[in-house]
Amino acid sequence: MTDGEHVVEDKSHFTGVWVFLEGRKHILRDVSIQLIGEGRRIADRRGAPLTGILPGHGVENLARQAIGYGLDRVIVVEHPILEIYRSRPYAKVMASLIRRHKPEIVLFGASKNGRDLGGRLHAVLETGLAADCVKFDLDEEGNLDMIRPSFGGKSLAHILCKRHRPQMASARRNVFLPPHNDPNRTGEIVHEDVDVSEKDVDATLLEFQEFTREGGLRPEEARIVVSGGYGLMDGKNFAMLQELADLLGGAVAASRKAVDSGWMPKEFQVGQTGMTVRPKVYFAIGISGAVQHLAGMQESEKIVAINNDPKAAIFEIADYGIVGDLFQIVPEFVRQIRERKATKAVPMPVAAR
Amino acid sequence: MAERFDAIVVGAGPAGSAAALALAREKFSTLLVERGRHAGVKNMFGGRIYAWPLFDLLPEWEKDCPVERFVSSEHMVFLSGDASLGIEFESPRLASGKAASFTALRPKFDEWLAKKAETAGATVVTGIKVDDVVRDGSRFHGVVAGSDRIEADLVVLAEGAMGQLTQRAGLLPDLTPASVSVGVKETIEVPAPVLQERFGLGDRDGASYVFAGDVSGGARGGGFLYTNKTSLSIGLVVSSEDVARKKLEVPELMQRFRMHPSVQRLIKGGKVLEYSAHLVPEFGLGMKARYVGDGILVAGDAAGFLINNGYTFRGVDLAIASGIAAARAAVDARKHGDFTARGLSSYERYLRELNVLTDLETFRAAPSYLKNERLFTLYPKLLAEIAERVYTVDGTAKQKLSEVVFDEAKEKAPLLRLLRDLIEGARSM
Amino acid sequence: MGPRPLRIIVCIKQVPKAQELQVDPKTQTLKRVGVPSEINPPDANALELALQIKDRRSAEVIVISMGPTVFDESLERGVGMGADRAVLLTDRILGGSDTVPTAYALSETIKKIGDFDMILCGEETTDASTGHVGPGIAGHLDIPQITYISEIQIEDDSVRARRTAEDGTEWWETTMPCVLTVNFGCTKPREPTLLGKIRVKRAGVIVHWSCADVGIDPNKVGLKNSPTIVAKVDTVHLPPRARKVFHGDAKDAVAKLLDALLEDGVIAL
Repeated sequence: MTDGEHVVEDKSHFTGVWVFLEGRKHILRDVSIQLIGEGRRIADRRGAPLTGILPGHGVENLARQAIGYGLDRVIVVEHPILEIYRSRPYAKVMASLIRRHKPEIVLFGASKNGRDLGGRLHAVLETGLAADCVKFDLDEEGNLDMIRPSFGGKSLAHILCKRHRPQMASARRNVFLPPHNDPNRTGEIVHEDVDVSEKDVDATLLEFQEFTREGGLRPEEARIVVSGGYGLMDGKNFAMLQELADLLGGAVAASRKAVDSGWMPKEFQVGQTGMTVRPKVYFAIGISGAVQHLAGMQESEKIVAINNDPKAAIFEIADYGIVGDLFQIVPEFVRQIRERKATKAVPMPVAAR
Repeated sequence: MAERFDAIVVGAGPAGSAAALALAREKFSTLLVERGRHAGVKNMFGGRIYAWPLFDLLPEWEKDCPVERFVSSEHMVFLSGDASLGIEFESPRLASGKAASFTALRPKFDEWLAKKAETAGATVVTGIKVDDVVRDGSRFHGVVAGSDRIEADLVVLAEGAMGQLTQRAGLLPDLTPASVSVGVKETIEVPAPVLQERFGLGDRDGASYVFAGDVSGGARGGGFLYTNKTSLSIGLVVSSEDVARKKLEVPELMQRFRMHPSVQRLIKGGKVLEYSAHLVPEFGLGMKARYVGDGILVAGDAAGFLINNGYTFRGVDLAIASGIAAARAAVDARKHGDFTARGLSSYERYLRELNVLTDLETFRAAPSYLKNERLFTLYPKLLAEIAERVYTVDGTAKQKLSEVVFDEAKEKAPLLRLLRDLIEGARSM
Repeated sequence: MGPRPLRIIVCIKQVPKAQELQVDPKTQTLKRVGVPSEINPPDANALELALQIKDRRSAEVIVISMGPTVFDESLERGVGMGADRAVLLTDRILGGSDTVPTAYALSETIKKIGDFDMILCGEETTDASTGHVGPGIAGHLDIPQITYISEIQIEDDSVRARRTAEDGTEWWETTMPCVLTVNFGCTKPREPTLLGKIRVKRAGVIVHWSCADVGIDPNKVGLKNSPTIVAKVDTVHLPPRARKVFHGDAKDAVAKLLDALLEDGVIAL
């Protein structure tokens, strides 16, 4: 890390593992929670304390919640302009705190805001940042081994930041297991001041439109995903997939072709230009299995394919499949599930892990 | 931003690149537009190039021109059943001086010539298709590509055999099957030492083969084989009218051709690298092309400047020559500030001086002569059977050559008709 | 007199085409030579947004890139699509730079061009996929940044951008100059045109600058001045798949599938 003087300070001055905490609407983001769990593991191995950093406004509650997930300490920076995430003020806060406290490791969730922040911050601090990590380890010298997919997902790269401090990394969502919350866990909550003011507000949020859930889960959060592709032929046919998803307690998603054809909104798109999902089961219905789609779902635990083309590439990576007309198979599937459910005396939760 | 050039040349094949090169040299601001990703990507030929116009256009051409082999031996082979009769002509003078010809690979050769045009000062753009020629009534003055429009005093259409712009400009009647042939070709990899041994060649020389007879399944046409540095180009040219009429499958014809023992001997062990097909406008002046208009000239295959007289296939040299002629005509037009058809009329004179039109006219009868089916079926068979009887020594009584000939002819070819065909042939060739 | 032309700088990177990503086993890096390349698709989306702005009002679009001279191919395509000019920062000492020196070097190049109103980048690259350089440039130049945007509206001196967050859509407003990073797939990049390709051939439209030309400190770029290194690369092993396909009429096949899913504990009812 430099202070504009191009001097890389002695590494030994840097200790402690930090996790940047992000909230939305007074709830901690899932990726922040997941990161506390992983941060705890790394901090324990380093024999160092685990600190959460929480810039915001009226976030005392969140700080307490965060301690419960495994933090030793939370540094809260309170200021009205920090109520929502904004790149410049947040980067300023983080930079100040890091220069003040010199942590060895700083972790961010690779949410949009997390990457927005990390990208700006690492240039200001002139230190290393590894993006979108799926695993962490320590090398023989005690450096953080930051492991991330690269080269289009074909490889896993081990990134090291040997000389610069802090070592920074963003962690991919839904990869690390969230820890349990212990409301009785004790930890320190420290309030610090950073010189930020209205002058640092360089962008205004005019409007926020939440995606309507329409009775379904978000695909990235669901354990079961029922995804439709070009074979669905029409937007109204997705209602049948929604029915199946509801029965199984899952979420509906779509391939790029289905989205481009206007049958489903972009936020449901799975694939290289959409989102990556890693559910327990992925139903690929009327999806041919193009490389770009596979990139978004090939790590699903189990894949079920329904397609009328026996040569469709999707069958190469499917665990189960039916070759046939989806317009007959899906309704039949729904019917049989309903039948079997009705014969059960007591309804049970679906898809227990 | 309005863009303007003195001359726009459409198509960076040999005709277009030669025209652009010559125009740029004469200080015309010249735009050369090619629809392929690189020059030559969309072009295919047998291929051999007669070099004579290059001496004029680029005196130093031999230094860096991508020549495969200089042709030093010519072969004509008649196929009948599984037999063949060949005539071979070799001469040290074939591959030298202005009579030189060489085998080439079009992507390399066309790219080379287009680069020469660029070095001479032409702006060369690839990967853009010209959609239309801009016209006011009969006056052409630019081109349109997508939503871009470029103005020019002169447009030279060198767009090749498909000639859509030329047709739309009203300068060429619609292509009918009688005037178009289909050429198919395979490039077969044969390592140089093997190739040279098999064909009896040195490092730099090459052979050219023309095949007649059973090649084309009774359709008018012929086969060819050319030696490149480390590959052979082998293929067929057949009349699309006959293909349609006789319900032939060109790939099948190609297969039969390459399976003939005499052909197998030449290509065996080789690895097929590439298979391609192209349209060949045939019958030269019989296509009734108009190639001069107000502000417009047509050059190369697009104008039908191609000769196929059964034993010679020429297109690239005529294309280059027509490009040179077009530039000369442009110079004349600029001198008088008149780019109308009248101002460009010296194009025809230059085509004649360079023997493009002259040769086309000389062989004008060839296309209709070559409509004579007997040339492709009966006579090659006859020749082969005569040869077979002459060369077969198996203990049965031998006849004199003249007797054999009369015997065979009497049965299969009425003498009068045979004589008439021979005379017509000699006259038109 | 109309509004003064906006100067929009678009940062692009040339990457191996998606299907062609190959790792050189010896160097553990991506093979870049001899593989078909393209403009990093999100950068092409960013360039298209810039050109759409130019369609609507007077603007000057400058594409810039940092890399070896083969990157000219992408800069030529950018100009062919409609950019007014291009700058390639190319210098051997830049080799091996990670995102810290890259953001620094591009920032200095942008400062040298000067008088810019907007800097557009793709959200991330398809080969490295960090997404760091756009925000890094904003950090260096200390100007506002809005990431993951799909739409831009310009009013006088302010910029409005539609940002995609995980849980919804945000509309942000900020002042110029600013950095915007653009979502993959939000636009359909146009094809190069004849006029664009003619412009490519004009002298001075595409220029090469060295670090010395820009005034970049050699001690801040290159492999040895990059905080991160790739220590090792492992190939990803995807789980083997059972590929059990069920046949029969719909009723039969579905029954078999349902049985298998329940038995294997994949779903529970």
